Amino acid sequence: MESVSSPLRCFGECHTAEKYTDDGVETVTSVEQRKVERSIQEVVSVYKQIHSLPPTLLRDQHYQYLKKGLRHLSDAYECLDASRPWLCYWILHSLELLEEPVPTAIASDVCKFLARCQSPTGGFAGGPCQAAHLAPTYAAVNALCIIGTQEAYNIIDREKLLSFLFSVKQPDGSFVMHIGGEVDVRSTYCAASVASLTNIMTPTLFQDTPTWIVSCQNWEGGLGGVPGLEAHGGYTFCGMAAMVILGKEHMLDLKSLLRWVASRQMRYEGGFQGRCNKLVDGCYSFWQAGLLPLLHRALFKGGDSTLSLQKWMFEQQALQEYILLCCQNPAGGLLDKPGKSRDFYHTCYCLSGLSVAQHFGNMDLHHELIVGREENRLVIVFSSLQAPSHPVYNICPEKVAQAIQHFHQLPVPVPAQKEGSSACNTTTDHS
Amino acid sequence: SEDPKQLIQDRKEWADLEPVPQDDGPNPVVKIAYSDKFTDVYDYFRALLKNDEKSDRALLLTAEAIELNAANYTVWHYRRVLLQALEKDLREEMRYITAIIEDQPKNYQVWHHRRMVVEWLNDPSEELEFIAEILSQDAKNYHAWQHRQWVIKEYKLWDSELEYVEQLLEEDVRNNSAWNQRHYIISHTTGYSDPAILNREVQYSLKQIKKAPHNESVWNYLKGILQDLGLSSHPGLLEQILELKETHCSPYLLGFLVDIYEDFLENTLEHHEEVLSKALELCELLAREKDTIRREYWSYVGRSLQTKYGSSDSSTTTSAPGSDSGSVHQETPCSS
Repeated sequence: MESVSSPLRCFGECHTAEKYTDDGVETVTSVEQRKVERSIQEVVSVYKQIHSLPPTLLRDQHYQYLKKGLRHLSDAYECLDASRPWLCYWILHSLELLEEPVPTAIASDVCKFLARCQSPTGGFAGGPCQAAHLAPTYAAVNALCIIGTQEAYNIIDREKLLSFLFSVKQPDGSFVMHIGGEVDVRSTYCAASVASLTNIMTPTLFQDTPTWIVSCQNWEGGLGGVPGLEAHGGYTFCGMAAMVILGKEHMLDLKSLLRWVASRQMRYEGGFQGRCNKLVDGCYSFWQAGLLPLLHRALFKGGDSTLSLQKWMFEQQALQEYILLCCQNPAGGLLDKPGKSRDFYHTCYCLSGLSVAQHFGNMDLHHELIVGREENRLVIVFSSLQAPSHPVYNICPEKVAQAIQHFHQLPVPVPAQKEGSSACNTTTDHS
Repeated sequence: SEDPKQLIQDRKEWADLEPVPQDDGPNPVVKIAYSDKFTDVYDYFRALLKNDEKSDRALLLTAEAIELNAANYTVWHYRRVLLQALEKDLREEMRYITAIIEDQPKNYQVWHHRRMVVEWLNDPSEELEFIAEILSQDAKNYHAWQHRQWVIKEYKLWDSELEYVEQLLEEDVRNNSAWNQRHYIISHTTGYSDPAILNREVQYSLKQIKKAPHNESVWNYLKGILQDLGLSSHPGLLEQILELKETHCSPYLLGFLVDIYEDFLENTLEHHEEVLSKALELCELLAREKDTIRREYWSYVGRSLQTKYGSSDSSTTTSAPGSDSGSVHQETPCSS
């Protein structure tokens, strides 16, 4: 196990040479990129002068921020009133990464709240009395699995969840996010994640889904939200992770996907961008960097013998430095980039990305590279899929194993209805 | 008509309806400190939903609810139900959604709603101009591009799009969304199989490379359009790139050379050792000096090429780092 307490990559003399070369042709893209680089340079130079200590994860501050948010949020969160299960998941997952236990009482309160978010027709909604939607469904199931008590597992109505999934399934293999809603590759990940964790996968549920996901891979090597769109980190993660769950990852062009994602790490900032020629953002520490463990496993499964045994195919140290130096709010919480406000989404995904960057391998072969002090180390984010451990679900591996074990004792529900409610369904879905 | 500044509970038009407070339970979690206005509007929205009320005042209320949280997809769905049940003027709805999108262009629900209205009207005539307006404020807005691709495909509005893409690339040659759109249009119209088209695109790309050699988008585009046919199959390309290497070098050019050499190895039997050695040299240069952030990746590429194309005598350094030399199959990370 290495603890890099001395030379930071961003302090190196070669670091400034990594700044953006605009070839004397200024465009909006290059101007914005250079602005960000200047702000990163500022952060790094301040850090050099003030801190004699190695970069530190502000555990206590993040813990206080998360602990409070799990109960109370300011009116700034009105815009997330249709995403409250997400808030539960982002906060609970961040706490588990920090190895902070959730008191039994509050865990039970989360269960009861999520039960109120469950729709009478199956699936979970963004809040009580709202319509079911795949994104809060994904978040609610993940949050309940993190809690991992019998009470939590029992909240999920598996039969109704299955019928909800069928109700949003489209003939071409894709899923709409909710009745009357939009299609994009996020929905396939949300559906595959909850179906596999709760053991409700039927032979037809994901028929044609892998083919549809493959059609989202484009000329750049990454995946877009729907076929034809620009390759994007969030959608690429969703597509790849869904394919891993469905056991079909080899249908993708893994080589060009690898080239695309490796190219998304910013040479100066160290963090990842979501799309080519766009700006770094802390959340891509997970959506993008999290692809590398998935690819590593997929390539290995495909017979590749030249994979590293110690490192992921991205610069782990550089990512950790970006997160620790540039993405922490001193009062707690993490963020996109310097100058942006903290929020629970960025807290979750910056910490998740930090964990990916710190740990290589699975339980059998574990290799750690912790930047800064030993106390910065986070819990591993990987989950086991029969053998290897990788961040498919983005909850801790023990919780995945436990949930799968629990739900596999239960029979797969018999689908009451087949796929088919089209996107033009106009009936209201309310409780 | 109603005064939007007044709380619903104080408006006489709503006196008959009993508001439904949100029931978070006795010990709420992630409890948002809603403003009085927010609570008021949503308490009445819940009441409408409960009664399945289909009325003009309900439609007005959805607008207020949307203004407070445009991401509430339940409200949007209800609004669509009302528009159809009350047979509202969809032209007016287009004006409404236009204003909302201008104000909040990075929201999923607003764009989906616009798509539904366009479909109901079966009228895309305002779309390209509207989307262009949004893109003029943020040339990479993902939702805008998604909507644009849908409109163009659905209503077969391909004709003027390449011209529009060229205009955007003129403004910012680094706009990756525009490069993607270029690929989208050409793939769906002429395709890249016609050598005249492919050559036109290759020449266009080389021209943009010469202007701004460190623009990753154009290098990706060039590779993207040539990879199906094979990078090594395009006559004279290698020579042109090697020439550019002298005056317009970049990590992207070097990576592109690796790709050409790899394709050559894949498709030809001659000069294997020479080509492989050039490819490996480039991978090493990229890993060590020119693209160090991707050191692990380039080292992997080098090892893969060596394993795949190296002769058995020269495989002394193919083992992945961390293993006993030669015993690549032991203790690999994902042992089942």
